[in-house]
Amino acid sequence: MKIRILLGAALLASSMLAANAAEAAKTLVYCSEGSPENFTPAINTTGTSFDAARPVYNRLVQFTPGTTEVEPALAESWTVSPDGLTITFKLRPGVKFHSGVNGFTPTRDLTAEDVIWSFDRQSKPDHPYAKISGGSFDYFNDMGMPDLLESITKGDDDLTVIFKLKKPNAPIIANLAMDFAAIQSAEYARYLLDKGTPEQFDQIPVGTGSFEFVAYQKDAVIRFKAFDGWAGKPKIDNLVYAITPDATARYAKLKANECQVMIAPNPADLPEIKKNPDVKVLEQAGLNIGYYAMNNLKPPFDNREVRKAFAMAVDRDAILKEVYQGAGQKATNLIPPTMWSYDESIEGVEYNPEKAKKMLADAGVKDLKIDIWWMPVQRPYNPNAKRMAEMIQADLARIGVESTLVSYEWGEYRKRMQAGEHMTGMLGWTGDNGDPDNFFGVLLGCNSEGKPNSNNIPKWCNAKFQDVVNRAVQITDQNERAKLYKEAQKIQAEEMPQLNIAHSTVYEPIRTNVKGYKVSPLGAHEFQNVELE
Amino acid sequence: MIRFLLRRLALTIPTFIALMFITFVMVRLVPGDPIEVRRGERGISPERLAQLRHEMGLDQPVWKQFLDYANGLLHGDFGTSLVSKSPVLHEFFTLFPATVELTLTAMLFAVVLGVPAGVIAASRRGGFYDQTLMGLALTGYSMPIFWWGLILVLVMSNTLGLTPVSGRTDLINYFYDPVTGFALIDSLLSGQEGAFGDAVHHLILPMIVLGTLPLAVIARMTRSSMLEVLEEDYVRTARAKGLSWTRVVGVHALRNALIPVVTVIGLQVGGLLAGAVLTETIFSWPGVGKWLIESINRRDYPALQGGIMLIATIVIIVNLLVDMLYGLINPRIRHAR
Repeated sequence: MKIRILLGAALLASSMLAANAAEAAKTLVYCSEGSPENFTPAINTTGTSFDAARPVYNRLVQFTPGTTEVEPALAESWTVSPDGLTITFKLRPGVKFHSGVNGFTPTRDLTAEDVIWSFDRQSKPDHPYAKISGGSFDYFNDMGMPDLLESITKGDDDLTVIFKLKKPNAPIIANLAMDFAAIQSAEYARYLLDKGTPEQFDQIPVGTGSFEFVAYQKDAVIRFKAFDGWAGKPKIDNLVYAITPDATARYAKLKANECQVMIAPNPADLPEIKKNPDVKVLEQAGLNIGYYAMNNLKPPFDNREVRKAFAMAVDRDAILKEVYQGAGQKATNLIPPTMWSYDESIEGVEYNPEKAKKMLADAGVKDLKIDIWWMPVQRPYNPNAKRMAEMIQADLARIGVESTLVSYEWGEYRKRMQAGEHMTGMLGWTGDNGDPDNFFGVLLGCNSEGKPNSNNIPKWCNAKFQDVVNRAVQITDQNERAKLYKEAQKIQAEEMPQLNIAHSTVYEPIRTNVKGYKVSPLGAHEFQNVELE
Repeated sequence: MIRFLLRRLALTIPTFIALMFITFVMVRLVPGDPIEVRRGERGISPERLAQLRHEMGLDQPVWKQFLDYANGLLHGDFGTSLVSKSPVLHEFFTLFPATVELTLTAMLFAVVLGVPAGVIAASRRGGFYDQTLMGLALTGYSMPIFWWGLILVLVMSNTLGLTPVSGRTDLINYFYDPVTGFALIDSLLSGQEGAFGDAVHHLILPMIVLGTLPLAVIARMTRSSMLEVLEEDYVRTARAKGLSWTRVVGVHALRNALIPVVTVIGLQVGGLLAGAVLTETIFSWPGVGKWLIESINRRDYPALQGGIMLIATIVIIVNLLVDMLYGLINPRIRHAR
């Protein structure tokens, strides 16, 4: 009996100690919006899943927090050969991996083997992990890596990795800073394969990042603890993601200090949030574009003057006020002003329905009947496509153009637009890697035969524009590239293949005691430099 | 009793088959396919789409997919989630305890308050208590769950600071493994001081929000059933015998009045599970309701089919139990069959 009492007292004392320790520990709670599909970025496509894995992993290079600039991470330096076909990465020595909560203990530091393993899984169908978790390496494929990579091999020592390319490509460095390029542990993969539980690899992440994975309860919470790794120990001890799908509930939690950082506030709540003295609303122009495309393959939109008249007829100020509720900025160029190579000298299209009407008449266009396609979903760059379509419809009626509104289920809509079935319609884009080619090359690119790529929604091919964009991809000097992209912007402004409508603004409310948090233009949520006061 | 039970069980078989067919068809009638719906602006090349559809078995004819699915179900295989790649049954039962915890406590809340409220209203028919209680019940009955939940959070949590906003535990101070999946039990098992109180604290608002509607229904049902019983001859006889009003109402009338109320409670289970979808979303409660909504958005066919089948099974079982309970309370029903 006595022993039991003693044991009970000891247990109580230890739990009280634990409670005290918990109070002393600095824990940051982040109100996220959903559950990750798993913890391996290479097999994911959603921002929610990337955010969940990001504390654990590093890439060879990374985006400087709050910017789209690329800086060294696991690779402390890299060199590109003069022909642009070989990139040699020097890995940082002494980079430690985490221990897994499933009993894995690393016996060695990061080497070239881990880098090669991480990319081989995505590129080689016979890789032992290629099929684990239904392996579908969407980003690796979407960013064109199979067409770019010749091979990835070990250099002279364990800390040298050589990427051989099939053709020179400057944006590949930015690609390697993306989440899908996270470096995972080859030793951990082998350990799980030997244990017969390889599927744990994507559920219990082991990486080199600033936070170690502790636990995940589906739809409820993800827990991490600080890791004293190559980048130094973070200034918070625990990082907790509270999965809170409803935006209003997220703000209620932030207000009650149940979380200190939250994602995606309800736009309607913003005025109230901004008034709260305990909360600071960070904002930044999103790396996105919402546009209204005119199908250049369908007359009369093969005529530049008609396209310009259309652009002039649309009152974008009214759209910004009504559709974006002020949370956006009028777009002049295809890329947002925060991106390098943005051309400040270009003036936006003026709103002038009278002139537009005259231009249409001069072009000999009469009794024009068109369709306007609107997306059935809300996207970051276009919060209400239907309303936007109605406003454009009214604007066009003013210059004598009759239009009908068209929409389909999202997958169907995209497919038909990519096939060029529309006359005019809206779509948009959110940047992947902060490289201008990710906008110009993807959204207005054409193949070598002068046929538009599927994501070229205005179906516009211009030899001069294409030449400039192609050249810009192949050189590594950023200043030279910027010059070329500025030229591309001038051509676009002159030819007006589509009307750029807006770049939306991203808002992130945080508690005022959170320091060092930066909004990422790429939509990432990162906590390695965050402090709690 | 056993014959009665067997007959009821036999009746559930066609229900299951119909349900299996309907969920399978309905899920596929939702426009959009599980692969394309996950893609952003970039879309997907036809070759890659074909490859992925093949890997997921979506390129098979629909009748073949249905037969495979039915065959799997007969062997207890609910399939694998297209999104998380883990077995649907495992996903469901990881999340289900949270939903059970929420619905059971909400039901308890509704019964514990609803039955006495109905009895009081009936025994003070037309009086102040009756008017007030039934007025409140009508308000509760017409309250939209989402609005009610958010209002409670704003007042109780944000303004008064009495309850937590959402979730099941205080994430900063408590951390324990989900052994049973029931926060009330796991918090006790964890041995952490204050964890149980914290779990109860987190349960209060969701319980009230989800329990409000059944509370109103039960109160109104108890009242009208009670009023009917109070008119019966045996009640008058009991009064004439000189029994006290409390004894007449509490012992003689209540047992008979509860028969229709028990049926209503059984029927409310389906409604509670539907209400749980919204309550779980407002309170970030990690249950199956929220999971189903996400499965719809992601067109996760196996998860959706499996989830609906499992929930339907539970509703059917509960109704079966209610039927049995009904027979226990009222022997006439049992003997009549």
